[in-house]
Amino acid sequence: MAIITVDHLRKTYGTRVAVEDVSFSVKEGEVFGIVGRNGAGKTTTVECVAGLRTPTAGTVTVDADLKEQVGVQLQECSLPDKIRVGEALALYASFYSRPADWRALAAEAGLDLRAPFGKLSGGQRQRLSVALALVGSPRVAILDELTTGLDPRARRETWELIARIRERGVTILLVTHFMEEVERLCDRVAVISRGRVRAVDTPAGLVARAGGEQRLIFHTDDPVDGLRALPEVASVTVADRNGTEVTVTGTGDLLSAVAAVLPPSRTRGLRMERTSLDDAFLVLTAESLTGKEES
Amino acid sequence: MTKSFGKLAAVEARLFLREPMAVFFAIVLPVGLLLALGLTIPGFRDADPSLGGQRFVDAPFTAMMVLLSVVTLGLSVLPSSLVIYRERGVLRRLSTTPVRPGALLSAQLLINVVVSVVATTLTLVLGHLVLGVPLPGSPLAFVAVFVLGTLTVLAIGLLLAAVAPSSRVVQGVGSTLMFPLLFLAGMWLPRPLMPEILRRISDFTPTGAFGQGLMDALGGHAPQPLHLAVLAGWALATGLVAARLFRWE
Repeated sequence: MAIITVDHLRKTYGTRVAVEDVSFSVKEGEVFGIVGRNGAGKTTTVECVAGLRTPTAGTVTVDADLKEQVGVQLQECSLPDKIRVGEALALYASFYSRPADWRALAAEAGLDLRAPFGKLSGGQRQRLSVALALVGSPRVAILDELTTGLDPRARRETWELIARIRERGVTILLVTHFMEEVERLCDRVAVISRGRVRAVDTPAGLVARAGGEQRLIFHTDDPVDGLRALPEVASVTVADRNGTEVTVTGTGDLLSAVAAVLPPSRTRGLRMERTSLDDAFLVLTAESLTGKEES
Repeated sequence: MTKSFGKLAAVEARLFLREPMAVFFAIVLPVGLLLALGLTIPGFRDADPSLGGQRFVDAPFTAMMVLLSVVTLGLSVLPSSLVIYRERGVLRRLSTTPVRPGALLSAQLLINVVVSVVATTLTLVLGHLVLGVPLPGSPLAFVAVFVLGTLTVLAIGLLLAAVAPSSRVVQGVGSTLMFPLLFLAGMWLPRPLMPEILRRISDFTPTGAFGQGLMDALGGHAPQPLHLAVLAGWALATGLVAARLFRWE
């Protein structure tokens, strides 16, 4: 059952097209990612979902009360410097008819209730912002670029917070450009480029779409020409340098197939590489640069 | 909704009290100036024939200190906090909750009215106790002028907040506007001593009309209809334009 349905969404600002044509739907309880480069139209898309912007064309349907049941964490949105964490949470909790326990939320986010907003670190601000998005016990939480600008440790702490939230069954719409974030948190992802959806899939599905290729790299003094005949093998390359570094690409159970012909004991420094989500993202968004659409 | 408005107003009040500059300029400075200058400058406490025989600390100085507090709040404190809220996306963030961002604006107006009432009460009471300034001769007229004048000045502040592109601009414009407006009200040259033409101009400015209305009411006279009309006109005009132009983001 879809809780969010975006159908042929288009949004223009004057003559500038921010979102060309975006469609996707999010199931209840899902963590749905929206990825894309800067300026791809991610934020505009979720701001249309949050009701902050009116679509130029197309429809956005959210099966929840936008004000009461959709919690929002906006990019570049802050609080007065002198407000304390506890005051902000208690204040926002008072806005909703069925607020969450804000003290528990603050504890979960690792926040000191007495700390003024102006003295919080970037990571603490983001976690407060997430806590504020959840303080109304929403069915849907929209989180826009919540780890941008955070150091790796603060990022991990924020991810842990999101992972705990998903366990409560809150549907999460997550805007990001970090593939690691997508891999850790998202059930499904929409890849957006130049205002259009390039793919909607699971993170693993995206990798597969981008080729899902594996590479075996090793050194050997044995002949490797026989490997080319294997059905799993797509290519075999021997580096010129010493003539001993071999790269074998292919699909399926590549490692076993190669090992059957060339025993691993005859190789040195064997390692295997797979297409990463980063690679997949680049492939999926690069296609669009040369593809049909030109706005 | 009323519960969240009360909560919002309470938080806004606490935030106001945490801004030492706002508290200083809106409350401490006007009351302190009245007492300090009233006690130390000898001529201020002598009956002055050029002021119709009253002492300078009575209606003229007291009215100016009430005005100073209201103008500081209306032209500086209110617009800069609203523009900062807009800049920081606080108003936008509120619009995603069940509370309308208008509630924050109302809470801000309420705080500024309450603070100006507190500052004015302190000015009147301490002026009376320490300097023997008579309490308003026509209390009802005083309240009427005070309410109308405060609304006018706050409406001008809303207009500034509506058109200012950034908090830096609104702070600059606010303080630049304050000086001519206070001058025209008679802050440095009391209205009775102004040349006729200047006093005539002053009559039609919001602060000139407000200041004279306060002086009249403090001295026990009815405020002049002209001044009430001028205040109402400014309040209406600036308030309407502000409401049309105000942006939440």
